[in-house]
Amino acid sequence: MLNLDSCSIDDILMQRKSLRRALSAAEGLQDVRIAILGGSTTSEIVNLLELLLLQSGFRPVFHESEYGRYFEDAVLDPQSLIDFRPDIVYIHTSCLNVQAAPPLTCTEAELPNHVEAELARYRQVWNALEANLSCQIIQNNFEMPPYAVLGNMDAASPGGLSRFLLQLNIAFAQEIASRPRVLLQDVHGIAARFGVGRWFDWNRYFNYKLLLTAEANLELARSLNSLVKALYGKSRKVLVLDLDNTLWGGVIGDDGVDQIQIGRETPVGEAYTAFQQYCLALRNRGVLLAVCSKNNEDIARSGFGHPSTILKLEHISCFKANWDHKHENIRTIAKELNLGIDSFVFFDDNPAERALVSAQLPIVAVPEPGDDVTGYAAAIEHGRYFEPISLSDEDLGRAALYASNVQRASLEAEFSTYEDYLDSLEMSAEIEPFRSVYLERIAQLTNKTNQFNLTTRRYTVSEIQSISEDPGYIGLYGRLTDRLGDNGLVSVVLGHRDGNSIHMDLWLMSCRVLKRGMEAAMLDALVERAVASGILTIHGYYFPTRKNVMVADFYPSLGFLPCPLQPELPEGATAWTLDLSGYVKRNKHIKIEEQIRDQPY
Amino acid sequence: MTSLTEDSIFAGMQPIFEDILDAPDIELTRSSSALNLPNWDSLAHLEIMETVQRRFKVKFNILELQKLKTVGDLVDLILEKSVK
Repeated sequence: MLNLDSCSIDDILMQRKSLRRALSAAEGLQDVRIAILGGSTTSEIVNLLELLLLQSGFRPVFHESEYGRYFEDAVLDPQSLIDFRPDIVYIHTSCLNVQAAPPLTCTEAELPNHVEAELARYRQVWNALEANLSCQIIQNNFEMPPYAVLGNMDAASPGGLSRFLLQLNIAFAQEIASRPRVLLQDVHGIAARFGVGRWFDWNRYFNYKLLLTAEANLELARSLNSLVKALYGKSRKVLVLDLDNTLWGGVIGDDGVDQIQIGRETPVGEAYTAFQQYCLALRNRGVLLAVCSKNNEDIARSGFGHPSTILKLEHISCFKANWDHKHENIRTIAKELNLGIDSFVFFDDNPAERALVSAQLPIVAVPEPGDDVTGYAAAIEHGRYFEPISLSDEDLGRAALYASNVQRASLEAEFSTYEDYLDSLEMSAEIEPFRSVYLERIAQLTNKTNQFNLTTRRYTVSEIQSISEDPGYIGLYGRLTDRLGDNGLVSVVLGHRDGNSIHMDLWLMSCRVLKRGMEAAMLDALVERAVASGILTIHGYYFPTRKNVMVADFYPSLGFLPCPLQPELPEGATAWTLDLSGYVKRNKHIKIEEQIRDQPY
Repeated sequence: MTSLTEDSIFAGMQPIFEDILDAPDIELTRSSSALNLPNWDSLAHLEIMETVQRRFKVKFNILELQKLKTVGDLVDLILEKSVK
């Protein structure tokens, strides 16, 4: 079957429905309901997005507004949208839908009023969607107009359409910053990088009111696909890099560290320097870098001591240089970083290595670098692998966090007992009910945690938000800090009340804090809150999946007793109960922070 | 490149129509049109026009698109445009 990441739009269009049939046959696809409110014909975006989402593991269902009725269907007549119950609403508008563009005579003083008038209409749309639906909203900003009637002045004069759209895009960014449920799709940037000249298709516009070329719609669909994946916590997190002819020119084992091409001295060296800078930029925003190279380890490491190197060993979260197969090394890297292989991107100039990794680990993304280092960064960008939906302190600190994990591992070796080691970490935890600042992270964890996850239930941000406001639920998050760093929000427990009992819908923890006693601290906090609200019994459930065997004995290990299974539970599930009378606290190594309970979030 | 013939155009269009109209083994003739083929609605029309132009590397202008009534018209137009 075609790989949609690399094939041409012609190939896709000519066999769209057979592709759809083939992709739909996959098992375990995740349902997602997407409403598209368009200012022009949206059928082609839907068709292309459907294929891409299927390939990404979703089973999308679409609802399209009547032609051009993005405003009416959101604001005036929202019933059909409400009935559709979308998870995501995408508002697809263009510069042709602009209604408040200023006249040529507009002055600097008047321009903000025009921008405000246009923005106000979109505010109405977003307000209505936020009020009527619990969904994510994706709103595009505006590409530059097809024609610059004022020439270069179009971007400078307050009466120029380009100038107006630039101001409007800034106003969108500022407004959306205060609306956590609205995400911006940067059509301005997407169209500019693609080429505004190849963006609009006037032949199709006047024939079918389809504004963009098929190539442009594919760009839009690819960007939406990556946003949807990001919303469901499926963005990739790790870039695994080869060394020779990938991070520097030449073969360090043959040429020696003095002869590799890196630095400002030659064009080739400069190009590798620029690529290293790109990798470092990814690392600085939270993408983990790993090295996987066929080399002697000492020689490979010496490359990072080259006087012109941009990447240093401290930027590399996991370093594998040996003569084993790369797919085996990638498995090891995944284990050491405690991350799923499905969050990996493998980048190597050698086609044989790429083919082997693709064949052995089809879930790893393997972009085609081409034969020229000057195209490497673009090859990675094209895949949109690492799309973020927010930049948390968590992301910005992640690389440092994983580096301190490696330190923890070496500390562990020095203590006589494991208990001593845990105490030496000076751990403290914040365990509190769901709060608005963490809803996104909580939803992200429910979507990306597969191993330490008792029920593997997935939630959207909107669902977590309504749960956080519902007194029928007890939901707690846990953050864990130790003397080597802040591990961030790493555990979520969630149960719903039923009389004097509470039934656990969810119990999950990030594997980065395995074996630290965090689960005991979470149970203590849960029991404390449960008892305070008159609960006598906790019911816990384990639903087995391919990935969560590690928690099969989780509840009994915390002192829960087996309980007869209810018939409606999935096959292989087990059920457990804990009687709360005479509960003795389990947590011994983590100090619980008492704070923030009254903070007005 | 061998030049196109009416037969090779029909052969090239067959899988496109089958896929877009979701109708395997559809019988395309010169008189086939939106009126007598299943599922040929306005959205399918848009897809057919886009895909056929890409398949045969031709570009129809807005007047030509207006005049098309049958598959026969479409074949003639592809032949005419590809000769140039």
